Amino acid sequence: MALPSYTETRYRIWHYIYIAICTFVFFFLIAPLFVIFPLSFNAEEFLVFSEGMKNLDPDAFSLRWYKDMVYGTKNPWGLAAKNSFIIAIFATLGSIILGTLAALGLSSRHMPYKGIIMATLISPMIVPLIISGVAIFFFMAKVGLAATHTGIVLAHIILGTPFVVITVTATLSGFDHSVTRAAASLGSNPVNTFMKVTLPLILPGVISGGLFAFVTSFDEVVVVLFLAGLENTTIPIQMWTGLREQLSPTILAVATCLIILSTLILISAELLRRRSERLRGINR
Amino acid sequence: MSSETKQILTTDGIPLEVSLKKAEKKNKIKAFLLVAPLLLFLIITYVFPIGEMFSRSIDDKMITNMLPKTFKEMEKWDGQELPPEEVFTAFYYDFKVLVEKQEHGKLGQRLNKEKNGFNSITKKLFRQVKRKKIDESTSIKEQIMKVHKRWRNVEYWQAIKRTAPPYTMSKYLKGMDMYYAADGSITQVEEDRRIHRILWLRTLEIAFFVTLFCFLMGYPIAHLLATLPMKYSNLLMICVLLPFWTSLLVRTASWMILLQQQGVVNDFFVLIGLVADDNRPEMMYNKVGTYVAMTQILLPFMVLPLYSVMKTISPSLMRAGKSLGGTPFVAFWKVYFPLTIPGIGAGCLLVFILAIGYYITPALVGGASGTLISNQIAFHMKQTLDWSFASAMGLMLLSGVLVIYWIYNKLVGVDNIKLG
Repeated sequence: MALPSYTETRYRIWHYIYIAICTFVFFFLIAPLFVIFPLSFNAEEFLVFSEGMKNLDPDAFSLRWYKDMVYGTKNPWGLAAKNSFIIAIFATLGSIILGTLAALGLSSRHMPYKGIIMATLISPMIVPLIISGVAIFFFMAKVGLAATHTGIVLAHIILGTPFVVITVTATLSGFDHSVTRAAASLGSNPVNTFMKVTLPLILPGVISGGLFAFVTSFDEVVVVLFLAGLENTTIPIQMWTGLREQLSPTILAVATCLIILSTLILISAELLRRRSERLRGINR
Repeated sequence: MSSETKQILTTDGIPLEVSLKKAEKKNKIKAFLLVAPLLLFLIITYVFPIGEMFSRSIDDKMITNMLPKTFKEMEKWDGQELPPEEVFTAFYYDFKVLVEKQEHGKLGQRLNKEKNGFNSITKKLFRQVKRKKIDESTSIKEQIMKVHKRWRNVEYWQAIKRTAPPYTMSKYLKGMDMYYAADGSITQVEEDRRIHRILWLRTLEIAFFVTLFCFLMGYPIAHLLATLPMKYSNLLMICVLLPFWTSLLVRTASWMILLQQQGVVNDFFVLIGLVADDNRPEMMYNKVGTYVAMTQILLPFMVLPLYSVMKTISPSLMRAGKSLGGTPFVAFWKVYFPLTIPGIGAGCLLVFILAIGYYITPALVGGASGTLISNQIAFHMKQTLDWSFASAMGLMLLSGVLVIYWIYNKLVGVDNIKLG
């Protein structure tokens, strides 16, 4: 972004103002996440930077909140983490299967009523979560699935499929259909063609949609608040309760772990996106 | 030509046209069958329950089923004077059934919502019926009227008559701070009790300003990301994507730490001398907290659509504008900005839709003055258990969102939503 030497002074000034604004916005976006790291190592119970921490005194830092997170008797983080992972994994699998099938159908040029069906399939992403929560709760209560893992998994499949549908249809939009015809002409049956030709090509889109579905389920709190009983508590529910009642440093330890998890997911999503673009022959 | 076309046959001896149509139809069914599992699943578990919310929100069958004889007799009553003997008798027999089923309390509560004072007079009537004080051989009207003077008041009977239809719009009226007056006309509640209207306006106001702030902050950085060389922009993109992938609760928690009175933001303000140490402003549990936290949380949803549009704009267009004599400002305003309008539309509508239904962040950092309509819906679902009112409010919100969704679909197209 170096300015050419002939730039007039007022544009030069404007350019620096622009850079300053951008720096501020990037700082505003990313800095809040980094407040959590140091405070989660706080030796004291307060959520402010103590004098010791400001002076980088080693005694002011400790791992006690991480120990509390893992071994603490009062904290059901273990159960919550177990539930969260189970629910998220099953919800992701369900979303991937239903979403990929639907995306394959939607990408076919023969699909009737494409617009309205697409709008319906995407709607759980657009409808405010509180309304989805109320509707899904009424349904699950009626069929007796409220306060069960199954009910929550089904609810998260509803919320997760739009992401899979979007990412897989996007991948399929650059898909060269002559390869499936080539496979068919070489004597492959449709299932075999899908497994050996189509799936490997759209896999990056499927997995990145799956990552979205996983994060949606893992981070979802509004619908779970309606559906979950004591047995089905999840990490977001525990965090929600903790943030409402008493903001304890243990929550920050959990939050740090979640940030690390989301960093890993971000890296995998980025790598997948690049791989997908390479496979589809998009070079930038 | 047409006769020749018709003569083309496939190897099976079927005209090609027919065969082609058959194949097209088969493909159509194939495509539809792939979509069917998800579509059916969503219709059963999602679309249908939302429809059920509607029937729940207007449902008023409970009382219709409680007083069947009364409402039948009331059809003949003009509703002006006190009802005739038959209505009283029918009401008495309906009430007796309810007493046997121990449902008279529900009736009192329901009627009390229609008109204050019903709860106590149904209790009084219950005691009389329970002790078998009412003589069924003489005029029941006279006896009921003696139970309490309100049973002699025609307004109370009019209130019962109003509950006769199995459906009511009263929950929707309540959501707009209105109600059915004694004569059945729609009336506004007193000015100091119009809480829902304040909430609707506040929700719109916060959604609007959050969208505006997101636009003002998102536009410059999307531009920077789109114009920087790839190796720098990829690095900076992490600043946008990491918050996007991070748990909503984690981000809200970090704002709670930052904005508290002894928090980092206040420390900084004290340090640069903006505020006195003993007079730190309250930045959380009010609108300020909601604005700041929601803007940061929704900003990636503005930046990503803007970025994907700006990425497609060739830099040579700006150079052409400048070489034709435009100053950089003119070139930007006349060439670059109009080209980014699709991205602006997509980003703003997305952020607005998400902001208008926000629940978690306002509930945690909003306090009393920063809560939105979603919080009110959750309150009625969990605290007052008035599910039909929660459904009505939810559907009012939903209809607003669907209008914006429709516009979004027309302008951008749902299949053009880009993720990451």
